[in-house]
Amino acid sequence: MQNHVIIMKMKGGICVSGQRHILHIDANSYYASVEMQENPALRGKRIAVCGSKEDRHGIVLTASYPAKRMGIKTGMAIWQAQQCCRDLIIVPPHYSEYMRYSGYVREILQDYSDQIEAFGLDENWVDITGSVGLFGSPMTIAQEISDRVKRELGITVSIGVSTNKITAKLGSDYKKPDAITRIEPDNYKEIVYPLPVQDLLYVGPATQRKLNGYGIRTIGQLAETDPKVLAGWFGKVGYSLSSFARGTDHSPVCNQNYHAAVKSVGNSGTTPRDLVNDQDVWLMLVVMSESVAMRMRELGMKCTVVELSVRDCDLSGFTRQRKIDTPTNGGLEIARIAFDLFKRTYRWGKPLRGVGVRGASLVPQDCPIQLGFFSGEEKRERMERIDKAVDTLRQRYGYTAVQRAVLYTDRGLGTINPKDDHTVHPVGFFNAG
Amino acid sequence: MSRIIVGREKRYVAVDVRFEPDGHLRPLAIVFGPEQVYAIDKIMDVSRRAAEVGGVGDRYVCLINGQQTNLWLEKGRWFVEAKVVAQR
Repeated sequence: MQNHVIIMKMKGGICVSGQRHILHIDANSYYASVEMQENPALRGKRIAVCGSKEDRHGIVLTASYPAKRMGIKTGMAIWQAQQCCRDLIIVPPHYSEYMRYSGYVREILQDYSDQIEAFGLDENWVDITGSVGLFGSPMTIAQEISDRVKRELGITVSIGVSTNKITAKLGSDYKKPDAITRIEPDNYKEIVYPLPVQDLLYVGPATQRKLNGYGIRTIGQLAETDPKVLAGWFGKVGYSLSSFARGTDHSPVCNQNYHAAVKSVGNSGTTPRDLVNDQDVWLMLVVMSESVAMRMRELGMKCTVVELSVRDCDLSGFTRQRKIDTPTNGGLEIARIAFDLFKRTYRWGKPLRGVGVRGASLVPQDCPIQLGFFSGEEKRERMERIDKAVDTLRQRYGYTAVQRAVLYTDRGLGTINPKDDHTVHPVGFFNAG
Repeated sequence: MSRIIVGREKRYVAVDVRFEPDGHLRPLAIVFGPEQVYAIDKIMDVSRRAAEVGGVGDRYVCLINGQQTNLWLEKGRWFVEAKVVAQR
């Protein structure tokens, strides 16, 4: 039986045609669809899933299709959305439910392939090259997945069927909701070339502006531009953009068990109120650094670079980083370095809306280090033992069981729990694979 | 006065369950109310399904007194699609 399966897989495409079959499955208005499945009274209504106003995350995360028809878009402030639609129903997000449904979608996909790569909670690429001999043509598999998601989860998906990841994603975006679009070499130019260049993955507003400035407005125009010219404008990303536009991207779909190596650990966030002085910033840096340090200790890593990010109330900001001599995963040490960076660079022109701390250039925590005559190694070891004891207490009794006294100086800011509230969303296209 | 079904609603219920040796669950009876205990004669099918009354879970298609009825297990709780009845 095992041999039989292998032979079928070989016939399925790898050997016969050399062409891959990739699906991109995108759940439509995902958060809103899950909310409507959980609460049928919301079905067919104009709803928007929005962050909490009190925590100043008051923007539209997803809107239902009837709400979208009223002009409501992701990222709008709640008050703007309410101006577009007076009877808009605002629903708070339930991330645990979104995770649960996302897991169910992946379970369905696992029946067809083991090469499944998530792109956010609501999007997945699946390489079904080896499965067509078992389950039928790519379109048949796509239709079956679409039907199963609808029947088993009560939500709809749009699916792009193609020969590479980028074009498959274009396919799933091409027609929504509840649709399947096949884009393969025979109809590639006809469908993809007229699309605006910003529809392509990794063409954001800045790249779009630049391309438009050079007179490139469609994917077709981008595809017909010499890759060397694009490399001259954008560096090596120019070659990727050219390959994306021509539909010749070869990046593989990761295996479902693949986890990208952790390159850095960071926490940042919008604070419940504006930060107006150094004490506020110190408190937030302690909160963030404690969480970053604990996550690094869980990974068995230390950082050799500390990065500070700052965002003011006009949403503009900057980042600064410093390389440190001795790798660390101590919360207080990271907070002190970040605070020093802050004091040296910020002059309080405006109140701050949020800060972030990141530990980068990670090394294993037991890697050899160069000791110095005056580096105070004994004190450092003592601090490490304290951190270890605190970690044990927190593992047993929860993250807030032991806290630094400074967090009690302002309960508004000090009660933020970046460790447990932190959700790692599966990542960028270039990070995978 | 006649009674008509005007809809269905999600109603969590108590269920007597047996754990099979292979780890599967076998619902034995649905306890709908103090006087309403319905013994399940047979499980026809178990599969993940979206419920019309909201939610997603493992749907047990049960045979009770020759009638087919659906019982869901969602996040460790059992629910049925209870009839909402109006009098006319």
